[in-house]
Amino acid sequence: MNAISIQKLIKTYANGTKALKGIDLQVRSGDFFALLGANGAGKTTVIGIMTGLVNKTSGQMRIFDVDIDQDHPRAKTFMGVVPQEMNFNIFEKVEDILCSQAGYYGIPRAEAMRRCEVILKRLDLWEKRNHQSRTLSGGMKRRLMIGRALINHPQLLILDEPTAGVDVELRHEMWDFLRELNQNGTTILMTTHYLEEVEQMCKNAAIIKNGEIIACDQVKNLVRLVDQETYVVHVEHVHNLDRLNGHGVRRIDETTFEAELNKKERLNDFIARLSEAGMVLTDLRPKGNRLEKLFLRILKQN
Amino acid sequence: MTLNENYIALSTIVRKEVVRFMRIWSQTLLPSVITQTLYFVIFGKFIGSRIGDVGGISYMSFIIPGLVMMAVINNAFANVVSSFFGSKFQRSIEEILVSPMPNWIIIAGYVGGGTLRGVLCGILVFLVSIFFEHPMVHNFWLVIVFVVLTSVVFSLGGLANGIFAKKFDDVAIFPTFVLTPLTYLGGVFYSIHSLPEFWQKISYLNPILYMINGFRFGFYGISDVNVFLSLGILIFLAGSLTVINLRFLEKGTGLRA
Ligand SMILES: Nc1ncnc2c1ncn2[C@@H]1O[C@H](COP(=O)(O)OP(=O)(O)O)[C@@H](O)[C@H]1O
Ligand SMILES: [Mg+2]
Repeated sequence: MNAISIQKLIKTYANGTKALKGIDLQVRSGDFFALLGANGAGKTTVIGIMTGLVNKTSGQMRIFDVDIDQDHPRAKTFMGVVPQEMNFNIFEKVEDILCSQAGYYGIPRAEAMRRCEVILKRLDLWEKRNHQSRTLSGGMKRRLMIGRALINHPQLLILDEPTAGVDVELRHEMWDFLRELNQNGTTILMTTHYLEEVEQMCKNAAIIKNGEIIACDQVKNLVRLVDQETYVVHVEHVHNLDRLNGHGVRRIDETTFEAELNKKERLNDFIARLSEAGMVLTDLRPKGNRLEKLFLRILKQN
Repeated sequence: MTLNENYIALSTIVRKEVVRFMRIWSQTLLPSVITQTLYFVIFGKFIGSRIGDVGGISYMSFIIPGLVMMAVINNAFANVVSSFFGSKFQRSIEEILVSPMPNWIIIAGYVGGGTLRGVLCGILVFLVSIFFEHPMVHNFWLVIVFVVLTSVVFSLGGLANGIFAKKFDDVAIFPTFVLTPLTYLGGVFYSIHSLPEFWQKISYLNPILYMINGFRFGFYGISDVNVFLSLGILIFLAGSLTVINLRFLEKGTGLRA
C-alpha cells in the first residue's frame, strides 16, 4: 500500500508564487523517504497540504488510501508532523503540550499521560516535563516537537528539516531514533537539504526543484550520480596539468586548480601523480555542495 | 472521530482556555470588576441619587443589569479574540489544525472558554452590585438564558475577529470602534424612552439594546423592547455567527495559505 500518493499537485500562493507545478509522488508504506531540495523548492508546501495547513490549488492526494478531499480528518489521524519552525505555545509546559495534542486527537487523559511519559523518557525530556517550553534548548525544542508528533502513534511521521540547527552529536542520536521508529513500522517522510542525511537513513528519495520533482529513485541510485567529487588543489606552482588527464582539471590561477576524483579512487594515488608532474601540494579540499552537483547531473541527464 | 473522541477534544480546548484566563486573572477577571465598581459608585451612588427612579426602580437598580451585561460582552469577546489570535500569532493553532478534530469542535471549544469567562465576569460584577442594592430577580431562567446567550454571541464574534485578524491592531479595532459605542448607547445608563424620537428610532437598530433590555427584564420585569424579539435577535446572531465561523474554518480564511 502507498502511505502517500500524490497526483498533479499544484499550489499557487495568493501572491502568485507557483510553489508546486504539478507534482506526482508515491511513498510506499514502511518507507523511509526523503524529499530533497534547496530552500524554496516547495518541500514545506507539500507537507502543509498533507497536514491541512495549506490549501492546494488542484490535484489529488491520498494518505493510506484516504483522499484528503473526501475525508481529510481521517487522513490526519494517520499522520504526525514535526514542523520546520517552532509552533508550540512558549509559555506552556512540556507535558501540557503533549497532553493537549493527545486531547485534540481524542485520546483520553489517562492514556495521554501514559504515552507522554514513555515518549518524554525516550526523548530525554522527562526531567523537563514541568518546564515552560521556552526554557528548553534548541535541540530539546526539536525533540519536544518530535514527541508531540508521536503522541497519536502515527503510521506516517513527517519531519520538515528536522536536523536544521541541531548539533552533530544530537543529529546522530536523532538519526538512530528515527531509524528505530522506521524499523518498527512507521513510514517516515523527511525533508532536508543535506545529502549526507539522506545517504545515512533513507531508502528512497525524490528531488524537488522549483516546484517540480526532477528525480525519484532509490537513494543508492541517486547517490551514484554524484560519486565524482570535485577538489580544489593548491600547489606551489601549477604546471604540467596535462599529466593529470582523466581528472577533468581546470586551472584557476598560478597556484590553484580544480580536479575531479571518483569516490573509489584513492587520494594517495592522486597525490602521487601530482608529485610525478612535479607539483608540490600545499592544500587540498573538497569543493562545495554535493546536492548542487546532484541537481546539475540530473538536469544534464534529462 | 467518534462522539467520545470529539468530547475529549472539546474538553481539552475548554480546559486550556479556562486555565489560561484563570492563570492571568488580574488581566482577565479583575479589570471589569474594578471598572464596573467605579460605575456603581459614580453613576449609581453619586449621580444616581440626584436622578431618582427610572421605570419605577432606583437608578442604581436600573444600571446594574446593563453594567453586568457590559462585563459579559467585553470579556466573552476579548477572551476568544485574544486567545485565538495569540495562538495564531505563535502558530500553536497549527496543533489544532493538523489534528482530526472537526471545525465545529474548534468553534465550540473556543466559544465554551469565552462563554465561561463572560459568565464568570458577569457573576463577579453582580456580586459586587449586591453591596450597593438589594437584588430582585423577576425571572431567574430568563436572566440565565440572556447572560449565557449573550456570552455565546460575543464569543462567536471574538472568534470571527480572531480568525480574520492579521496583526495585533486588528484585534483592538472592533472592540474600540463598534463594541464599546454600541454598548454605551445600548441603554445601560438610560431608558431610551427618555431620548428624542429620532434617537429612539436609531437605538432600535442597536442589537445590544435588545440584550441589555432582555436581561433587565429578567431582573425587574421592565423593558424598552419586546423580550421575545430580544431572544430572537440573540438566537439569530448566534446562528449566523456560527455559520460564518464554520465557513471561515472550512475555507481556511486567515488560517491556511
Ligand atoms: N504563505 C506563502 N505565501 C506566498 N509564498 C509562499 C508562502 N509560503 C511559501 N511560499 C513560497 O513558495 C515557495 C516554496 O516554499 P516552501 O514550500 O516553503 O519551500 P521549501 O520548504 O522547500 O524551502 C517559495 O518560493 C516560497 O517563497
Ligand atoms: Mg521548508
